[in-house]
Amino acid sequence: MAKKIMLGNEAIARGAYEAGVKVSAAYPGTPSTEISENIVQYKEIYSEWSPNEKVAAEVAIGAAISGVRAMFSMKHVGVNVASDPLYTISYSGVNGGLVLVAADDPGLYSSQNEQDTRMVGRAAQVPVLEPSDSQEAKDFVKLAFELSEQYDTPMIVRTTTRLAHSQGLVELCDRDEVADKPYERNVAKFVMMPGMAKQRHIYVEQRLKKMAEDACSLSINKAEYNDTSIGFITSGIPYQYVKEACPNASVLKLGMVHPLPRKLIEEFAAKVDKLYIFEELEPVIEEQVKSWGIKCIGKEIFTVQGEYSANMLRKAVLGETAELKAPAQVPARPPILCPGCPHRSVYSVLNKLKIHAAGDIGCYTLGAVAPLNVVDTTVCMGASISTLHGMEKAKGKEYIKNWVAVIGDSTFMHTGVNSLINMVYNKGTGTVMILDNSTTGMTGHQDHAATGKTLMGETTKAVNLVQFCKAIGIEHVVEVNAFDTAELERIIKEETARDDVSVIITKSPCVLLKGNVFPDVCVPDSDKCKKCGMCLRPGCPALTKNADGTIAIDATMCNGCGLCMQLCKFDAIEKKAR
Amino acid sequence: MTTRNIMIVGVGGQGTLLTSRILGNITVEAGFDVKLSEVHGMAQRGGSVVTFVRYGEKVAEPIVEEGQADVLIAFERLEALRYAHFLKKDGAMVINDRRIEPITVVTGAAQYPENIIEDLAKEHQVYSVDAQEEALKLGNSKVFNVIVLGVAAKHMDFTKEQWLNAIEATVPPKTVELNKKAFLVGYEM
Repeated sequence: MAKKIMLGNEAIARGAYEAGVKVSAAYPGTPSTEISENIVQYKEIYSEWSPNEKVAAEVAIGAAISGVRAMFSMKHVGVNVASDPLYTISYSGVNGGLVLVAADDPGLYSSQNEQDTRMVGRAAQVPVLEPSDSQEAKDFVKLAFELSEQYDTPMIVRTTTRLAHSQGLVELCDRDEVADKPYERNVAKFVMMPGMAKQRHIYVEQRLKKMAEDACSLSINKAEYNDTSIGFITSGIPYQYVKEACPNASVLKLGMVHPLPRKLIEEFAAKVDKLYIFEELEPVIEEQVKSWGIKCIGKEIFTVQGEYSANMLRKAVLGETAELKAPAQVPARPPILCPGCPHRSVYSVLNKLKIHAAGDIGCYTLGAVAPLNVVDTTVCMGASISTLHGMEKAKGKEYIKNWVAVIGDSTFMHTGVNSLINMVYNKGTGTVMILDNSTTGMTGHQDHAATGKTLMGETTKAVNLVQFCKAIGIEHVVEVNAFDTAELERIIKEETARDDVSVIITKSPCVLLKGNVFPDVCVPDSDKCKKCGMCLRPGCPALTKNADGTIAIDATMCNGCGLCMQLCKFDAIEKKAR
Repeated sequence: MTTRNIMIVGVGGQGTLLTSRILGNITVEAGFDVKLSEVHGMAQRGGSVVTFVRYGEKVAEPIVEEGQADVLIAFERLEALRYAHFLKKDGAMVINDRRIEPITVVTGAAQYPENIIEDLAKEHQVYSVDAQEEALKLGNSKVFNVIVLGVAAKHMDFTKEQWLNAIEATVPPKTVELNKKAFLVGYEM
């Protein structure tokens, strides 16, 4: 069969295809987004962006109950949103196979925390597989569907950023057209009322015990015996670091990290002189192994923070310290809003008015840092509106007159809607700004319920945000062009002063959105430039200072948004056709 | 052969992903095992980005670590300096001679170092190219990254034909000729 170089996420999508999956649902989130973006190429699979992870989980659950193989994928924090259905479908089990792909982010490349989904697997009593390269990513997804049906359980395939966003060679196979399982009404299994759930909990306990026993002979849990003076128990990407740093050591590679194969681990531990548990993030394997009275070394020498590496292992275990040059002391280059980003325009107005923002998850979280300095809080998806409401209830309506909530259109559809309904219902007075850029920006431009397009590229109904806000009882809903700073300033002053809930929808598409064309470019006139630096304040990366203090605008970066032009009091910047 | 370690560093949005994909395709075509590691998500928004490419008989670790890179391709001067300690003693560094100020410099919180290329050349084998300028001559400033790749290609294990085939297999069909031309500009420098 053909071999192809594939991203971990691409291989997961291929695994779903080959496993005969018929339904896939997800909400985009780094590092999981490319799974759905690749699944969509397989016409045999129905795939969708759901408004949030809980909905995605339930869509997949429904499909599995009806008898087909179904998958749902999300980033680690998305699993929190989906945890309500996940914990209970664990009791019900499945009909057609059901797999959750959860992508963790050790090293926090694009996340708000470093939580470990293996802990969720343990808490929800759902078995967890963990691949360590693209080939395994594909193979383990297929195996997960088999195990799901064999043991009547949902399964989790856990990945990390380094797997999801690494490419490696994958051998392609044909799709296995799995016949649909017949559906039969089964209230004792699929209606989780207390009486039924009690019985299912007994089943769940037996299931896990059986799976732990069988895990000792499961093909993906394997001992590689070499030099037995050092032994490692490891899984996922850390396995690769072990192979790189200690190619001659003995290794017990766990493909299934929950439940653990106790007998296999005891055998391995007895055969090696010194046992290390090498796992990124939490000591999930280590704590269980130690609880069985097995002597091993883990988090005493390995951190719970961030990603591991082969060099780290060489240093900690072999005591090798390579002669490394110290990194040069250079200015940091944090991510920033793009040239022409509508969020920059909105934030420059909020900054001018000295307004604080309860923030949310998206590119616009970058408004927290210099030079915009507008966003004060960021917790999780949808939290901006509800945290602002909480502040008001704590301190009174005058206290939040210089506050707004800022939330993107996709995040608003995700969980912001609930918070906004709450604000109206509980008589709040907050001002909510929906920064509508017509896409899910940060994750690379996915459609959502308010864009009018589905994941599979079909035209569909788009939620009308204005009508939606009015329908839930909000009287003051205003739409404004994100780049009309004068009008924006007037509206923000007016709405924050009001003793009632108001919603300001700032509209302008993301500059990176496909099909966006920029006919104009901003051009400075050095004769008129007074070197005041006003135009530099919002931190557009296309603008720099010349040696003489006048402004230079990089025409290859400028998208001609005109924000700098609006800020210049001396007409020293003008828009010209490209 | 021992595993070869290549790094591509730059500023989010400069096309490090496209360049690494060309490298991925060429290594597979040449029959090597290969692993590539990329950065997606937040860092792509104008932040410092790094892509690792490792190829050889059998590759385990997907990342290149400090002191291990055979070739470091930098699309911007400051990023070359930031990752210079990843280069092996006898490694080659190819730098696009371009300055993109990070927000920390624009706001005055930090200073952009001067004479980066000259200083790096004292300790490393450095090849610099004003690829932006060369790309403009071809009529499209965006292909500067393939010009830089062309310069770096001379420090890797593939023939000109293999490179041109890999470019053809990777870039959008409409841009094949432009990208091939751009590659040759760098390759023949």
